[in-house]
Amino acid sequence: MAEKSEVVNFMDYKLTADKVNVWYGNFHALKDISMRIRPNTVTALIGPSGCGKSTFLRLLNRMNDYIEGFRMEGHILIDEKNIYAKRVRVEELRKEVGMVFQKPNPFPKSIYDNVVYGLTIRNVRDKKTLDEACENSLKQAALWDEVKDDLKKSALALSGGQQQRLCIARTLAVKPTIILMDEPASALDPISTAKIEELINELKKYYTIIIVTHNMQQAGRISDRTAFFYLGLLIEYDTTANIFTNPKEEKTQSYITGRFG
Amino acid sequence: MNNRQKDNLFKYWAILCTCIGILMLVIFLTNILITGLSRVDWAFITSLPSRKAELAGIKTALLGTVWILILTAIIAIPIGVAAGIYLEEYGKKSRFANILEINITNLAGVPSIIYGILGLEVFVRTFGLGRSILAGALTLGLLILPIIIVATREAIKAVPKTIREASFALGASKWQTISKQVLPAANGGILTGVILALSRAVGETAPLIIVGAATYVSFTPNSINDEYSVLPMQIFNWISRPEKEFAVNAAAAIIVLLVITFFMNGIAIYLRNKWQKKVKW
Ligand SMILES: Nc1ncnc2c1ncn2[C@@H]1O[C@H](COP(=O)(O)OP(=O)(O)OP(=O)(O)O)[C@@H](O)[C@H]1O
Ligand SMILES: [Mg+2]
Repeated sequence: MAEKSEVVNFMDYKLTADKVNVWYGNFHALKDISMRIRPNTVTALIGPSGCGKSTFLRLLNRMNDYIEGFRMEGHILIDEKNIYAKRVRVEELRKEVGMVFQKPNPFPKSIYDNVVYGLTIRNVRDKKTLDEACENSLKQAALWDEVKDDLKKSALALSGGQQQRLCIARTLAVKPTIILMDEPASALDPISTAKIEELINELKKYYTIIIVTHNMQQAGRISDRTAFFYLGLLIEYDTTANIFTNPKEEKTQSYITGRFG
Repeated sequence: MNNRQKDNLFKYWAILCTCIGILMLVIFLTNILITGLSRVDWAFITSLPSRKAELAGIKTALLGTVWILILTAIIAIPIGVAAGIYLEEYGKKSRFANILEINITNLAGVPSIIYGILGLEVFVRTFGLGRSILAGALTLGLLILPIIIVATREAIKAVPKTIREASFALGASKWQTISKQVLPAANGGILTGVILALSRAVGETAPLIIVGAATYVSFTPNSINDEYSVLPMQIFNWISRPEKEFAVNAAAAIIVLLVITFFMNGIAIYLRNKWQKKVKW
């Protein structure tokens, strides 16, 4: 009986980090991080600058692999599969796990080409499939109405907020199940930020979202659970309500009340 | 003298220096134009060389230049661009790449006549290519290879890291990222470098003297194995004649050569400006 409940329990999680340690050269950037994330939730990663939020986020789609001196121990499971296993192809992993960056980084190409890039590199050539994917993704990213008349326009001609939604659309087009966002709104104005937040709320129905943010109100508004990192340690991980109203750790308390950061 | 006066002094000094440079160029150009412009006409461009100055034309030399230019481009561009991509994208850490890099930097500073000697030994003699267009183009290709490699690397370096990250994050492989994002974003810079390199090749004389470009060829080239002359050689030949009429021919040929190089540099500048505008991310 016990065995069965354990299996069910396991299936409940989209993503599991188990005693993860990361080094950049000799610098120990993440220390013994264990964390589980349920599907269709928004998880916020907060903490002062340099505490390892981005490092943790980039572990999940293996973007740290390119960094010289990067080394990691421990396990990260997505849908029960160890993403650092030898046979895993990062290209496949990144189809599952999309990423949106802090600064909007559209390709210097048309809006259309930006959105379908993830498909064309996987040899999708059929015009109809691409058109549909483009329209659907832009609609999902709440950008369609603003750009539908001129999809051939350069993506660089869009405003910062539009560019960021384009980057989200581009990520959605490959149909990931997890979306990682590293301070996706920190370079945007309040109105664009509100739009992105609204979008995240909407996307959570279909995706598991993990977002780094420095904005406490934002974390409070959009996330279900919040993880507080400090000096490479995961200090506290709980429901967002608990973290903000009733933190167990003193460090968390002082960080969210703005006593350091 | 206070700082302000020093400032002004330096400014006027700099202006003076610039003016001297420009003045020299203007004197040179006017001189050439006065001597040669009236000689430049269709007949001059389409006539074969001749012992009579007023009948002589630059047809063979011009065609030789065109042949050399095209063949040099075919040889040097693929190798240079590929080497640039390799060094910038793949070879970063390897010892081999380090050695290569030092050599390329050194090569860029080697006087062009040395390339001529190398071409003579390797292409003309060892490969037995003789005084052919191919031997000349291979030599010039070697000469401009470092320029193309450096330009390719600079252009690739100028592509922001964020573009690469975005491509990788969408699941693109390294080669896909390079071929579909990095190179298209860098191609303006690469092209600029290529054109500047070729425009240098057009004006080169020293290495071609050594690998045997002829000063006098009475027929137009038909294949890459043919003998050839090029514009600078023709000019060199005419200038060294005692008759004054040939000096006029030389001036006229210089005008044609200048038009070609100015035109190529113009294209390069145009592309660079266009590219710089595009590259604001
Ligand atoms: N490429 C790298 N090489 C060496 N050290 C690095 C590298 N990237 C990050 N670090 C170090 O690892 C630690 C964690 O960095 P990380 O970028 O994860 O912090 P962060 O929490 O995202 O900070 P921020 O809020 O400023 O984005 C920092 O001390 C940083 O200096
Ligand atoms: Mg960060």
